[in-house]
Amino acid sequence: MNERAGWVLPAASEAAQRVDRIFFVLLAVTSVVAIAIAVVIVVFCIRYRRSARADRSNAPAGKPWLEYTWTAAPMAIFLGFFAWGAVVYAGFYGHADGAMPIFVVGKQWMWRVEHPDGRREIDELHVPLGQKVRLVFATEDVIHSFYVPAFRMKQDAVPGRYTEVTLTPTRLGTYEMHCTEYCGTDHARMGGRVIVMRPEDFARWLAEGGRRSSMAARGFAAFRRLGCSGCHDPRSTVHAPDLTGLYGRTVHLQDGRTVVADDAYIRDSILLPKRDVVAGFDPVMPSFQGQASEEDILDLIAYLKSTGGREP
Amino acid sequence: MSATLPGSYLTQGYTLGSWLATRDHKRIGILYAIAVTLFFFLGGAAATLIRLELATPAGDLVSADTYNKLFTVHGVVMVWFFLIPSIPATLGNFLVPLMIGAREVAFPRLNILSWYIYVLGGLFTVAMLVEGGVDTGWTFYTPFSTMFSNTHVIAAAAGVFIVGFSSILTGLNFIVTVHRMRAPGMTWFRLPLFVWALYATSLILVLATPVLAMTLTLMALERVLHIGIFDPALGGDPLLFQHLFWFYSHPAVYIMVLPAMGVVSEIITCFARKRIFGYRFMAYAILGIAAFGFLVWGHHMFVSGQSVYAGMVFSMLSFMVAVPSAIKVFNWTATLYKGSIVFSAPMLYALGFVGLFTIGGMTGLYLATLAVDVHLTDTYFVVAHFHYIMVGGAVMAYLGGIHYWWPKITGRLYSEAWGRVAALVIFFGFNLTFFPQYLLGYLGMPRRYHEYAPDLQLLNVLSSGGASILAVGYLLPLAYLGWSLFKGPPAGRNPWHAKGLEWTTSSPPPPENFREVPVVTEAPYAYDPEEPVR
Repeated sequence: MNERAGWVLPAASEAAQRVDRIFFVLLAVTSVVAIAIAVVIVVFCIRYRRSARADRSNAPAGKPWLEYTWTAAPMAIFLGFFAWGAVVYAGFYGHADGAMPIFVVGKQWMWRVEHPDGRREIDELHVPLGQKVRLVFATEDVIHSFYVPAFRMKQDAVPGRYTEVTLTPTRLGTYEMHCTEYCGTDHARMGGRVIVMRPEDFARWLAEGGRRSSMAARGFAAFRRLGCSGCHDPRSTVHAPDLTGLYGRTVHLQDGRTVVADDAYIRDSILLPKRDVVAGFDPVMPSFQGQASEEDILDLIAYLKSTGGREP
Repeated sequence: MSATLPGSYLTQGYTLGSWLATRDHKRIGILYAIAVTLFFFLGGAAATLIRLELATPAGDLVSADTYNKLFTVHGVVMVWFFLIPSIPATLGNFLVPLMIGAREVAFPRLNILSWYIYVLGGLFTVAMLVEGGVDTGWTFYTPFSTMFSNTHVIAAAAGVFIVGFSSILTGLNFIVTVHRMRAPGMTWFRLPLFVWALYATSLILVLATPVLAMTLTLMALERVLHIGIFDPALGGDPLLFQHLFWFYSHPAVYIMVLPAMGVVSEIITCFARKRIFGYRFMAYAILGIAAFGFLVWGHHMFVSGQSVYAGMVFSMLSFMVAVPSAIKVFNWTATLYKGSIVFSAPMLYALGFVGLFTIGGMTGLYLATLAVDVHLTDTYFVVAHFHYIMVGGAVMAYLGGIHYWWPKITGRLYSEAWGRVAALVIFFGFNLTFFPQYLLGYLGMPRRYHEYAPDLQLLNVLSSGGASILAVGYLLPLAYLGWSLFKGPPAGRNPWHAKGLEWTTSSPPPPENFREVPVVTEAPYAYDPEEPVR
């Protein structure tokens, strides 16, 4: 794969174009200033070399107005770059209304991708051109970082939480994907490719590969397989919260706190059930650490969403 | 070696025992110089193997695991056993008392104890290497270090933990020495900027190093006892480790670069024969960098899942810490104006520092810009950036300082011509090594990779070629400075006609530094460019 023809990195997402704009303005400004400093130093070094006859009278040991100027001027320029960078950065994490979610799980040393309709891939990510995509990251082991240089996009996958970014691919093609958080032996080989396809090709690609269950259907199967339904089924005799339509609701906890039942809450309730005990229930649920994989949990969340509720 | 120069600190006993039991700050500075030089070449050997491996895209020279251990060792050794002690513990120990007109540091016994602690930490680290090394990276990120690495993580952390105490003792010693032992008339605003820089550095050493010790302790406890500080399965948080680690390790950058700025300020005024431009701004800038340096650690975590708003605060503060750095570059430049400039070896190193530090500082702005950092962080752009600051900056200044004060320390001159050649070779080799890495980073080559895409080979070959030139540049001073040690002509009290109390005493200085306590009556750097110099 040679995506850097002529040492130009393609810009294949909206974010990439915005990041490049800041990068090249920074390059222009810093280059001009660096060259100016270099020219001044060289000129002084030549004109005031010891063997040169030059006017050295009244050599200043300081000029407050000049020093205030060259304190304030960089500060103003810096604040400009700060604001520009912050605005673009905030856009990476903004509300992803209407964005298509794709789930990416890091694992020593591969990326496993799951689409909501159930299609899975390993070390490859197919995305549709021009459509806003929300990438949600989890990891089975250590910290990994998902990096697509052509998208100028990077996000760590952190144990114990979900992280996410939104992006819109803007250029067809196949691009490199890497892990950029050091994760052990085969860190350098943990990667693959991202394929940006026309939306109709993407739809066709999603439909390929024969019959399979959606994430929600797999979540329902996991709900039974892991034994969740034994207690949480509305018909169960065990006193446990009914989870139908839970997603996005406000939950009142034993200790008086209230939380919104989002992805992180559901995940924590499965792995750390003693942390957020629902008011009126006994803390009897065991942890499913080691039994439910990150993908099982993502499937379970998809299933709970499918039973109703709303986006938090 | 200096038997011809009676009455100096070097002639107070020639036995190994007289050195190992010394309490003379000058001898301790030399003990440190020997030790950090050994570690510099150990870290350099790891760097050499890294660059050899990266000469080809395939991972063909060493295995992936070996490569991971090599960059870990390179980082651990260079950061904690070379860069942090380099200028403070060698030049600082030798010069701070001389520059303020004192006979000793405040706590001579703590001073030699700090060297022994350093050696103990160093032996731990060498033993850990002999036993098989460690592969966590110098950053020890959890949960890799606590739950997944099968290498000698605890031993490596123990070495760093131990050496931290030598930093704390050195810092404590300098703070008390500067407060209590200045000669009559040596007011705060008559202090040389080198002393200001070491004072600010010492504050960071004393305030930040304990946090590193705590963080490494928690990491080790987590690894052994699974106490649940960083492991989410036990209710911990892996990002907490990053916050604690960078709370030390970002200020640690200023531990490396502030003393370098101090050295460069001394050299530029001397060889421009001009007062430093804006002395007070320079002193305040040093303190400003030290203070702001504590508030920017989160800029290492812009893609870590840290809150977007925290990212914004850290981004803005990171831009603010760049302001005093910019002031310093402008003031060094202005110091040259109407000067009477001589391009001796130390001056070439100092001018090289200004150029490389400027590039390193400016590329730091790219990384402080949130959206741009998302693309560049953890790529070779970052590697290039911090090597411009730490190697282009701190190591250039260290070598400049060694050359500048060499006649004072040893009483002998070295070959000026060879000194200049080495400075130019290092400057050229450095840029060839690290400039291509900026391009590699922008093109998307991640750091800590022992394999890479074949289309990136040309830039990597340039970098590896530059590294071989850089290696020659670093070996040259060993040769001509070694020669000077035995054969160099006597330097005399003040070969550069420099101002500053250290130049008023004999070279090498007597054991008690000054035969009479000096009295200071004027501002520092009383150079006059119109005054003729022989």
